[in-house]
Amino acid sequence: MDFRDTAEEARFRSALRRWLQENLPEGWGSPGYQEPEGEARVEFYRDWSRRLYEAGYVGLHWPKRYGGHEAPLTFQAILLEEVGRAEAPEHIGVIGLGMAGPTILARGTEEQKERFLRKILTGEEVWCQGFSEPGAGSDLASLQTKAVQTDGGFVVTGQKVWSSFAHIADWSILVARSDDSGDKHAGLTYFLMDMHAPGVEVRPLRQITGDAEFNEIFMDSVKIPADRVVGEVGDGWSVAITTLMNERANLGFALTSRLDVAFRKLVTLAKATGTNGTRAADDPLVRDRLASLWTDVQALRFTNYRAFSSFLRTGVPGPEGSVAKLFWSETNQRLTKTALQIEGAFAMLGTGSDRAVEGGRWQNLQLRSRGNTIEAGTSEILRNIIAERVLGLPKSR
Amino acid sequence: MDFAFSEEQEMLRASARELMNDRYPPERVAAIADGGGFDREEWPAIAGLGWIGISVPEEQGGAGLGFLEELVIVEELGRALYPGPFLSTVVLGLEALRLGRAEELISDILSGKRIATVGWAGEDGRFDVDPAPKVSWDDERLSGVKLFVPDIGVSDLLVIVGGTAQGAGLWTVDRDAEGVTWRELPTVDGTRRQGEVTLREARATALHIDGPASLERLRDRALAALAAEAVGLGSRAIELALDHTRTREQFGKPIGAFQAVAHQLAQAFLEVETARSLCYWAGWAVAEGTPEASTAAAAAKARAAEAAVAACERAIQTHGGIGFTWEHPLHRYYKRALGIAATFGWGDSLRARVAADLLDPP
Repeated sequence: MDFRDTAEEARFRSALRRWLQENLPEGWGSPGYQEPEGEARVEFYRDWSRRLYEAGYVGLHWPKRYGGHEAPLTFQAILLEEVGRAEAPEHIGVIGLGMAGPTILARGTEEQKERFLRKILTGEEVWCQGFSEPGAGSDLASLQTKAVQTDGGFVVTGQKVWSSFAHIADWSILVARSDDSGDKHAGLTYFLMDMHAPGVEVRPLRQITGDAEFNEIFMDSVKIPADRVVGEVGDGWSVAITTLMNERANLGFALTSRLDVAFRKLVTLAKATGTNGTRAADDPLVRDRLASLWTDVQALRFTNYRAFSSFLRTGVPGPEGSVAKLFWSETNQRLTKTALQIEGAFAMLGTGSDRAVEGGRWQNLQLRSRGNTIEAGTSEILRNIIAERVLGLPKSR
Repeated sequence: MDFAFSEEQEMLRASARELMNDRYPPERVAAIADGGGFDREEWPAIAGLGWIGISVPEEQGGAGLGFLEELVIVEELGRALYPGPFLSTVVLGLEALRLGRAEELISDILSGKRIATVGWAGEDGRFDVDPAPKVSWDDERLSGVKLFVPDIGVSDLLVIVGGTAQGAGLWTVDRDAEGVTWRELPTVDGTRRQGEVTLREARATALHIDGPASLERLRDRALAALAAEAVGLGSRAIELALDHTRTREQFGKPIGAFQAVAHQLAQAFLEVETARSLCYWAGWAVAEGTPEASTAAAAAKARAAEAAVAACERAIQTHGGIGFTWEHPLHRYYKRALGIAATFGWGDSLRARVAADLLDPP
């Protein structure tokens, strides 16, 4: 057990830090910086993703033949930490890198790997996820989107929801029902769907913060060729599980280092904010809360490291990822709530008010954090997974 | 980066667990806790295993391993509610003697011939470092009162932590020397008994130490070890609850199938596992003497003790009535967890120090 970088890891980390310092987009992170909007925003992120790729920082642990570098997995962990630490923009291919790509690598055909993987890395093609439906959230296997087999492929009709990036996506990983005669888990098939195909319509959903990060996807007789099925027809449930385990395995490092950054900003806020003539940072109750949050962040960091070690040993993401995601989501909710409490009455003022503290960013983050215990597996589902798969308790359903 | 224990460390854990299962099964621990306490005749067997000097270099007569290995053993001892003086003699006493370079006493401890404990807190019950609890040292004679001296009944050597006008100090004194009176205090946790020591101009030997830094090192070892004990016993309490809820049936099915029960245990698992991560980090930091060792040890002990207490409470709750009886072993896990929480500072006082480290840079 050694929590320090090896010489090789340290070299990689410092080169990466230097690269980030020298290459962050002009003005990024400075006070008053405004990200571009609309089409320009998509171009901005695509450009950034391309530069990351060209510098050799995307797909570190993916096979070389698909554009990766076959670097040790620890390098990927370092990358996620450092990008989070520098508060650098994210690669546009969040879903492609974290979900679609690993699933294609694990379960896809050679043709699918050749066709899709490199373009995920370069940011040329953006992916979204078509899993949840209005009638199928936590009970994903009850989904009703129909895939009817025809000559040379399938015709898909139905509706998906809570799909981040769908409004800019070129492709979607999609689970649909190809057979409704038997068990609900048995009749599912996993597809790679062209988001530009006729019959696909995307409508943005405005969320609790007022932003529209995610969307509904409507599919009306969308044709999907047979060679866009991942795994066997009818085996979509097990492919979907591959995707979901990867989703949670990949979340950890990036989220924790962002949480670490958020914690440092919270400390800055506590030092800058006065109530009744004393700094919030001198209030014993606030200090206890901050010490506890710091402990949470460290606990999460080292729990990720432990989960990562078991991943390195077994090669498949384990259920530890469920512990980390559950703990992270609740920590982020506590952290952002603490910021509001430190702000006092100013917590009422959101973005757009010239009297808002730090432009109202904490209000936005706090509201956004409520989604954390719902997205990527609700806390209730994660507790079921821990109870049943880790602790071996009997199934509740 | 490497975040896993080595094969050798895992083997050490397995052998410690096996030995505890064999020699200190719950009914044996119950008999010791409810009866006359640990028998010091059982201690030399621990010496025979090489565990006493586990983190002492070979040239000084130890096993030449590190504090992480010591922590692995402590975790297993915590899991078994081991009622012997390992924390007092190995984690604290032996390290104190090493800090003070008391060579002759060190070899007596390593052989199992003598058992040392540490008197730290004064009459206010605080385990402070700077200033350390006040004692008086005059003309080679030591006076003062020490409370919460663990395993006093089986120890024959006392290491006294104290502060005088000259600063922090460590002294050794024979428990049964002239001028020393001691008694066991009736503790809630029968597996670790605490004593009171009164020194009235007792003839003591002052050890040469590096002031508060030495005491900090000692305290950080204790905090990391207490965290490891808590993680060990918290995990065991969850296992007992799992065994029960997998088999106990109500309404026609095992109660573990009810989410109201299962989610409590999932939460307990999450809390103990995240505390375990902190504990291993703190153990590594203390072993390596890294700058964050002190903060990490405080955070780990605070969180691990709280996780263990909560795990025991959930285990008692999910056991129903039987979990509330004296007959069932759970109460001893709970009491040991509460004892761990209460010694060397409850979570809030440890967090106050963490907050100072984070918010008030010197």
